[in-house]
Amino acid sequence: MDKKTAYKKVAYYPGCALEGTGHAYNKSTRAVGKKLGLELEEVKNWNCCGAMEVKNIDPKIQTYLSSRVMSIAANEMGHSVVMAPCNGCYHNLKKAEYDLAHDEGSREVTERLSSKAGHTTYEAGQVETIHALDWIKDAIGEEELAARVKNSLNGLKIANYYGCMYTRPRHIFPEKDSGPGSESTSAPHFMDDLLAAAGAENVDFALKTACCGGAHTLSDADTSTKLVANILIAAEEAGAEVIATECPTCHTGLEMHQIRAETNFGIKTNVKVMYFTQLLGIALGLSPRKVGLQENVSDGRAALKARQIG
Amino acid sequence: MPIHEKHLIRPENLSTHDNLVIDGVDVSGDWSTFIKARVVTDYNEQIEEEISALPGGEFIHRCWQCGSCTNSCTVNALNSDFNPRYWIYLIRMGFEAELVRDKDLVWQCVSCNKCTYACPRDVFPEGVMKATAHWLELKGHTVKSPSTQFDEEFSSQVFRTGKIEDGRVLLGFFRRSGQSLFQPWLVVMIKKMIRGLPLVWLTKMGWSALFHPRTRGWGPAGAAIQEYAREQEHKHLAAVRGGHPEAMFDPAK
Ligand code: SF4
Ligand code: SF4
Repeated sequence: MDKKTAYKKVAYYPGCALEGTGHAYNKSTRAVGKKLGLELEEVKNWNCCGAMEVKNIDPKIQTYLSSRVMSIAANEMGHSVVMAPCNGCYHNLKKAEYDLAHDEGSREVTERLSSKAGHTTYEAGQVETIHALDWIKDAIGEEELAARVKNSLNGLKIANYYGCMYTRPRHIFPEKDSGPGSESTSAPHFMDDLLAAAGAENVDFALKTACCGGAHTLSDADTSTKLVANILIAAEEAGAEVIATECPTCHTGLEMHQIRAETNFGIKTNVKVMYFTQLLGIALGLSPRKVGLQENVSDGRAALKARQIG
Repeated sequence: MPIHEKHLIRPENLSTHDNLVIDGVDVSGDWSTFIKARVVTDYNEQIEEEISALPGGEFIHRCWQCGSCTNSCTVNALNSDFNPRYWIYLIRMGFEAELVRDKDLVWQCVSCNKCTYACPRDVFPEGVMKATAHWLELKGHTVKSPSTQFDEEFSSQVFRTGKIEDGRVLLGFFRRSGQSLFQPWLVVMIKKMIRGLPLVWLTKMGWSALFHPRTRGWGPAGAAIQEYAREQEHKHLAAVRGGHPEAMFDPAK
């Protein structure tokens, strides 16, 4: 089956962040999918993917946690594609997939924990995990997206920020860097492509895959603030009005440390932060409310109005 | 002699004399600064073995010291004392005392994996940083870092209920690390959040702070994970000679 057909209906794994601070990402992802005629079926009774934190305690427990999600999608719901909009979830499912395919020890632990938990052990290769960017890019594509745009983004200047987990480490993303049409791990462009199709002007942004310090956003807040300040300043210097995000941790990190950079370091920036799904939703004719724009801490509604978008 | 690379040498390893006469020759002034001779005798050649027994440290032996990790490192760009290549060198050489000088820096690795991306030898330096930070704690060289406290808070919530909740992790972490919730930036942030969130959502969040959302039927999975985690913690402690039991993670806490 080609991707266009395979991605029409996928298992949806929102993950913990999208039920908390990333609520607007959840809302806008679902709304955009619906508008584009794509179907999402939420993974039943899912659990946390393990994130960075469980991996630090023990990587094999993280592998098991992610494998349980994939096992439910494959064995209980019959899906072959799982879509995760959060970079952390996406990354962890990919990492679990890689470890289960290559490491006997990970397989043993997953088998042991799955049988004690009472569900079918996930076997590598049962599902393909994709990001929300892959989903829209491959199921719809730029051409079709451009044809469906109702409210062009009118040349809105956007810095596309992908963060760490979407491209690194390279070995867990075998489909990237694999020729025409594939995503690049050094200069990712899927979000740029989609937003350009929606009428935005992507600025030349050097820090696309820089780190926001998300792993230590609370435990080493000053480091995170410095890293985020670099990203915000670089985006402004590149002429961006908005930074588009595709990860709830990055997004919240940018918003939180934009405030902290000002309160604790006196560094003030004005660039707004929006999920790429919010921007696409608006371009497709959804109302700002439908994509949860009022929920963003960094309120970008005026920036859109100034460009007569929507 | 005048030392042009003085900035590369730690002040305590330099000795300067205002009035110095050697063999009847007055060498005061520019010629009076010396690098202290040092002989290292306190090797601990077990460090590499101990760190490679901890998760993430497995491939440290592959390192050929090219420096790509440090060169690409996010934290190194903010603080040049954060030096993964150098730490790997110290570990493999067994320079424990020198490594311990940086005991409160290693944990600051933000897991961006730029090093892993750049490393030509598949050392997975990000993992080595985590294993080293863990080793420093198990060995009793330093107390649990804020990062470890956060990982433990987060993981124990996942092990208990299958899921986490941002608010609960934040509160739990601030409690564990003894920080005040009334930080100016947090107050601004929460105010802005409350402004935008729909009322139903706020109610739901408040509700879930009391009644934690959990994965249905999580019990057996959670118990199996806790049992496995405990086994691993004991294994890690046993791998580190003279390890401190209080540095272990108790998943039930
Ligand atoms: S993962 Fe850690 S050591 Fe590696 S580049 Fe990032 S901050 Fe540096
Ligand atoms: S990049 Fe890899 S091989 Fe090079 S110094 Fe770092 S860990 Fe060693």
